[in-house]
Amino acid sequence: MAVLNVNGKAVEHNAEPDTPLLWVLREQLGLTGTKYGCGISQCGACTVHVDGAATRACGVPVSAVADKKIVTVEALAANGTLNKIQAAWVALDVPQCGYCQSGMVMAATALLAANPKPTDADIDAAMTNICRCGTYQQVREAIHAAAKA
Amino acid sequence: MTIQTSLGRRNFLVSAAAVTGGFSLGFHVPFLDDGVANAQAVKELNAWVVVHPDDKVVIRVARSEMGQGTLTGLCQLVAEELDCDWNKVTWEYPTPGENLARNRVWKNFSTGGSRGIRESNQYVREGGAMAREMLIAAAAAQWKVPASECSVSAGVITHKDQKLTYGAVAAAAAQLEPPKEVKLKDPKDWKIAGKPLKRLDTVDKVTGKQIYGMDYTMPGMLIAAVRACPVIGGKLKSFDAAKVEKMPGVKKVVAIDGNAVVVVADTYWHAQAALAALPTEWDVGKLGEVQQDGINAMLKEGLDANEAFVGNKAGDAKGAIAGAAKKIEAVYNFPYQHHVTMEPMNATARYTADKCEVWCGTQNGEAALAAASEASGLPIAKCDVYKLLLGGGFGRRGRSDYVRQAVLVAKEMPGTPIKLIWSREEDMTHCQYHPITMAKLTGGLDAQGNLVGLQIRISGQSILASLLPQNLVNGMDPATFQGFMPTGAEATYGYDVPNLLIDHAMRNPHITAGFWRGVNVNQNAIYMECFMDELAEAAGQDPLAFRMKYLKPKWAAVLKAACDKAGYGKPLPAGHFHGIAQVMGYGSYVAGVAEVSVSPQGVLKIHKITAATNPGHVVNPAQIERQVSGSFVYGLSAALYGEITVKDGAVEQTNFDSYNVMRIDEMPQVETVLVPTHDFWGGVGEPTIAVAAPAVLNGIYKATGKRVRNLPLMNQDLKKGA
Repeated sequence: MAVLNVNGKAVEHNAEPDTPLLWVLREQLGLTGTKYGCGISQCGACTVHVDGAATRACGVPVSAVADKKIVTVEALAANGTLNKIQAAWVALDVPQCGYCQSGMVMAATALLAANPKPTDADIDAAMTNICRCGTYQQVREAIHAAAKA
Repeated sequence: MTIQTSLGRRNFLVSAAAVTGGFSLGFHVPFLDDGVANAQAVKELNAWVVVHPDDKVVIRVARSEMGQGTLTGLCQLVAEELDCDWNKVTWEYPTPGENLARNRVWKNFSTGGSRGIRESNQYVREGGAMAREMLIAAAAAQWKVPASECSVSAGVITHKDQKLTYGAVAAAAAQLEPPKEVKLKDPKDWKIAGKPLKRLDTVDKVTGKQIYGMDYTMPGMLIAAVRACPVIGGKLKSFDAAKVEKMPGVKKVVAIDGNAVVVVADTYWHAQAALAALPTEWDVGKLGEVQQDGINAMLKEGLDANEAFVGNKAGDAKGAIAGAAKKIEAVYNFPYQHHVTMEPMNATARYTADKCEVWCGTQNGEAALAAASEASGLPIAKCDVYKLLLGGGFGRRGRSDYVRQAVLVAKEMPGTPIKLIWSREEDMTHCQYHPITMAKLTGGLDAQGNLVGLQIRISGQSILASLLPQNLVNGMDPATFQGFMPTGAEATYGYDVPNLLIDHAMRNPHITAGFWRGVNVNQNAIYMECFMDELAEAAGQDPLAFRMKYLKPKWAAVLKAACDKAGYGKPLPAGHFHGIAQVMGYGSYVAGVAEVSVSPQGVLKIHKITAATNPGHVVNPAQIERQVSGSFVYGLSAALYGEITVKDGAVEQTNFDSYNVMRIDEMPQVETVLVPTHDFWGGVGEPTIAVAAPAVLNGIYKATGKRVRNLPLMNQDLKKGA
């Protein structure tokens, strides 16, 4: 058994050290909000926070984050209250199919934590997640709205 | 024209016959979240509406939600006629098995072709209206007053100073005979439909709670990873299971359908690791010699072939062009595209000797059910499909190949639930791709610059020949002519050209072709609308003015609306140019104006797109706006990057690193203009995709003088002087 710090708790798992964090979260810990989209760190659907930084969980072996603080989308709404990004996402009805949106929300939350008033260029640089429904316009609006909230 | 995505009519009749009798006796209606006891206590008012004692309204939605907002729109239509409190509305899916058992009371489950609302608005509204009348009748009976003296608003029935909520009379109402006829509201009086209401399915999508097929889990479930022959149509020759059977977590290694190997393990990661290590030999035969150049040559030959299926003809196009003062000719192409849903294909299946169940995202529940029956060998009455939300559909999940595979694996391990997952690489290489086509367009202008004749020869692949050959009409694929059709409410050609010939030389490579959001409207609009700009230039006229000479009124109106809103013809910032395009598709009239610039180094920037839509009736303007802005991401991703190519018979692209798509930094601002005429029902999920590329390409020409006729744009050098 190995131990991870996920969403503020020490949790045990028995995955091999080279297993991507994504699959440990999904299959060992039941945290399916973190999505599989590409497996090669391209699409961002698996974005989590590792020590606060937006990180693509499909490209990180679980052994590399053994001593880090991992936060997944399930933990963003502290005590059931949506965070600023989630609230803006709901207010602006951002998601369509929604599959990429966990990753979008995680990336946007990390962006706002580092840069409370991002410009459009900041958003372009930070939000490299892929959305095939094409919610980009609403994603941009919602980040600006959250920054003002 | 209606496109059936999968379940053929013949299949359905056979299926329906198979379920007559026993199954319906055991049928009961499942409810969302109140537990089984309560579920059986609450009786539906009809197939569409269940009202609970606490006034909660459950609306049943047969179409699949894949992001397009159909479930919210359909609920709005039912709720409008029901006159219930929108804040108390929730929804559920009936299963395809229940639909068959109840003589298809929910009608068509198939979700594609932007048909959800435009095709089912009448009967879902009737369901809401009938339920309302029953609720009023029950209240009137309780009060012993005529129903005609009662009024209703937001789920409260009123007679003079007496009030009853829907929940209070729902049980009594459910015992009543439904009215024979109901009068639907005039859309002018709508209070719930027609309004920019929020979606019903948002919150769980931002908290990670939403369960997609990929997330579905069951006690004792195992995971299957699959690899089919990399050459579509090839066969499995051999595999060496012994090499991987001892790897961690591996439970079983099997072959299915003679063309794929599957590893079943305790986790996906274990299954995928063993699959990657599994020695496999394929028999690809002559298909292994097919190269993209060969496919291109096959299509090029079709451009001038003698035989072709005629899709639209008026007068004598060849004669008119031969006698014209000026002849213009151009050849365009549109490569294979992949849907790339964010959620790769997957399905969970459980098979026992007398039951087969499937949990999955599907655009066609009834086709998935038929696939489960066929793959399991069980009668359809012993199968069911439980639909989950889709992590993207775009036409891909109208096909049930992944359902079939999951059931075949589950059948190897009776009683064990099997979740079969395609890797992104498997998904990318085993799609049914947007068909490849080319078009040669030839136009004739008279001395005054009038278009006297137009010929369009399409050469390329047929979707129906690939997926639904039984739907070909004397060998012809009518869907090839989407946007070019002579008549009809679906996808009619908008120009009045006195001499016209549009035909199709069908050329079908071995790559499976399929429905891809927007389908054949997409490339047909590129061909037509880019060539209209070429003709306008040859005639020495402005592209808008030239189009207006030939466009029929509804097509012209929507183009004018887009151009007016965009300020077409007025000064733009230095270096910015407008390109325009219009088309009719999926019952709606759409047009777009793209504002673009191209730097001297050849860097394209799409600043803004103004898109007008006349969908007839508007059910939720906020959701239409989102469909329209999203549609440009789909259309522009294809225009900028989309290209699937074939090498040695196999698809070369394997993931987002070799099949790029648009990201937020390339997203133009999209302004949606709604110009509804309230006299028909059109779809909104697809049509504007088609104007994305031609509007941008026409803008690029103005900016650079380069006519881009070969997509994607990433292969073109827009640099000055290049």
